[in-house]
Amino acid sequence: MYAQMVKTDGACVKSLEDMEPQERAFQERIDAGQKIEPKEWMPEGYRKTLVRQISQHAHSEIVGQLPEGNWITRAPTLERKAILLAKVQDEAGHGLYLYCAAETLGISRDEMYEQLHCGKAKYSSIFNYPTLSWADIGAIGWLVDGAAIMNQVPLQRCSYGPYARAMVRICKEESFHQRQGFDVLAKMVKGTPAQKAMVQDALDRWWWPSLMMFGPSDDASVHSAQSMAWKIKQNSNDELRQKFVDQTVPQADYLGLTVPDPELKWNEAKGGYDFGQPDWKEFFEVIAGNGPCNAERLGARRKAWDDGAWFREGLAAHATKAEQRRTAGQAAG
Amino acid sequence: MSSAPFPTVDQAALFEFLLRMGDNALILGHRLSEWCGHAPALEEDIALANTALDLIGQTQLWLGLAGEMEGKGRTADNLAYLRDATEFRNVLLVERPNGDFGKTLMRQFLFDAWHLSMLQALRSSADKRIADIAEKAAKEVAYHLDRSRDLVIRLGDGTAESHRRMREALDDLWPYTGELFIGDAADEELAAAGLGPAPESLKAEWDGVVGETLTEATLKKPADGYMQRGGKRGVHTEHMGFILAEMQFLQRAYPGATW
Ligand SMILES: [Fe+2]
Ligand SMILES: [Fe+2]
Ligand SMILES: [Fe+2]
Repeated sequence: MYAQMVKTDGACVKSLEDMEPQERAFQERIDAGQKIEPKEWMPEGYRKTLVRQISQHAHSEIVGQLPEGNWITRAPTLERKAILLAKVQDEAGHGLYLYCAAETLGISRDEMYEQLHCGKAKYSSIFNYPTLSWADIGAIGWLVDGAAIMNQVPLQRCSYGPYARAMVRICKEESFHQRQGFDVLAKMVKGTPAQKAMVQDALDRWWWPSLMMFGPSDDASVHSAQSMAWKIKQNSNDELRQKFVDQTVPQADYLGLTVPDPELKWNEAKGGYDFGQPDWKEFFEVIAGNGPCNAERLGARRKAWDDGAWFREGLAAHATKAEQRRTAGQAAG
Repeated sequence: MSSAPFPTVDQAALFEFLLRMGDNALILGHRLSEWCGHAPALEEDIALANTALDLIGQTQLWLGLAGEMEGKGRTADNLAYLRDATEFRNVLLVERPNGDFGKTLMRQFLFDAWHLSMLQALRSSADKRIADIAEKAAKEVAYHLDRSRDLVIRLGDGTAESHRRMREALDDLWPYTGELFIGDAADEELAAAGLGPAPESLKAEWDGVVGETLTEATLKKPADGYMQRGGKRGVHTEHMGFILAEMQFLQRAYPGATW
C-alpha cells in the first residue's frame, strides 16, 4: 500500500452521541454508504487525514517512477522497453489523478510538492530500496503493484468521492502492471540458470519490504480506527498483509521460487499461511529517512523541481504575455 | 511494385535507409527515456514518456522491416542490441546529450520538423510496407511536433532566463541539423526508385517551419556555418558508445538469453 501509517488528528473515535448535529449527520451519511463530495461540509480532521493519505499516495506514484525508470535505458528488448515506459507513464498519470483528487480538498499541487521536498510528507517506504537487476523490474510489478492493489481495491469504496473514483481507474492499470511484472519473471525463470538466480535474488530482496508496505500491525491504533469509521480505510494492515501473502505464495511456487521466510507454513485451520514478521526496526529507519535510497530518491525529486523552475517560470511568463496581448488586441478591436 | 519486394532498388541501399529511420527513432527514444521521473513538471514526464514510447514503437517497425528485407534472420531486437556503434546509422543530432530541459526540447523540435516532412513524403513511397509505417508514424510525429513547437515558442518568448537557455540550445544544436539534408548514394538510389524523398528536397519545408517557429519564439535563426556529419555512415560522436553500453548491457552480458 502506498499510504502507510496515516495519522488522524483525534485522540479517540467519537460516538454518534458525542457529536454535534452537523458532524453527526456527516457520520450518518458515511455509515449509510453515501459518498462525500468536495463542496460538502466535512470535519476538519476528515479533510486533513484525506489530504495526508491522498498526497502520500500521489507522492508514492511519482517517486515510484525512479526505481523503475532506473532500468528503462537498460531494458533487454524493444518490447520490454516499451512496456516499462508505458508502465512508468501510467504511474505518473496516477500521481496526476491523485494530486487532482487532493486538490479538491483545498491544497495545491505545489504545496504538496513543497511538503514532499522538505520531508514533511512521506511516500511509501518501498521506493527507498534499489533496483539492482532486471529481475527487480519484474519483482516490483508482481509484488509492489500486487501489494498496492490489495490496498487500493477496497479504496474504490472509500467515502470520499474523488478519491474513490480515482482508485477505480488506477486499480485497472495496477492489475495490468502486476500481470506484466509476473510475466517478466515467468520468462526469466524459464531461461538460463543465471536468469533464474537473478529472479530468486530479486524475491529475496523485495519480499520483506513488500510486506512492510502494509505498515505495522494497527489493531490498537486510534488513527486506523478513526480512518475506518470515516471509511477512508476499510481493512486492518494485518488483514491486508495476510491476503497478500495468501495470494502471492502460490504464485512464487508456480515460478519455482523460494519465499525467504523460514516461518512460512500453510495453516489448514485458518485457511491461510502463517508467516514471519518483517524487520520493523528497518522499516522505521526507512520511514525516518535512513533507507538505502531515501537520499537519492528525494534528492532526485528536489533536483527535478529546482532544475525545472526556469521552465515553469518561462511558461507562466509566456501565458501572462499572451493574455496581455489578447486583452490589448480586444481593446484595440 | 507488389509482386516482388523492392525489385528496382539496390538492397544494400534500402537496408541502409531502413536502419537510418529505425536508428533515429531508437536513439532519440532512448535519450528521451533518460528523463523518466526527472522532468520539470509531471505533465512533461508523461509527455516525454509518451513520445519515447511512440519512437520505440516506430523503431520496432523500421528495424523489423530492415531485418526482414535483409533476409539473414535478424530481428529488430538483434539489430538494436547486437550492432556496434559503427553499424548504427542515426544522425548525430539524436545522440546529443539531453542537457537541460530546454536543450532536450530544442533537439526534439529540430528533429520533429524534419521527421514529419520525411514521413509525409514516405507516405507515397512506391513500397507499400514503407508507406504503411510512415502513415502510422506520421500521425504520432505530427503530435510530437505540435508539442515541441509550442514549447519552443513559449519558452523562447517566456522569461529572459528561458529565452537565454533556448537560444543557447539552438546555437549548440544548429551545426547538427545539416546532416538531415545531405544525401548520399543510398539516398539517390531510393529517390530514383520512388521509395523515398531526396533529403535535400525536405530542406525548404523544414526551413519554413523552423523559421516561423523561431520568429514566434523571438529566437534568432543561427547562420548555416560548418555542419557536423557522419552518423548516417556510422561515424558517431563519443556519446554513442556510452548509449550502446547502457542500452545493450543485458543482451551483451547474457548472450542468447531470452527476456
Ligand atoms: Fe500506480
Ligand atoms: Fe498506487
Ligand atoms: Fe503500477
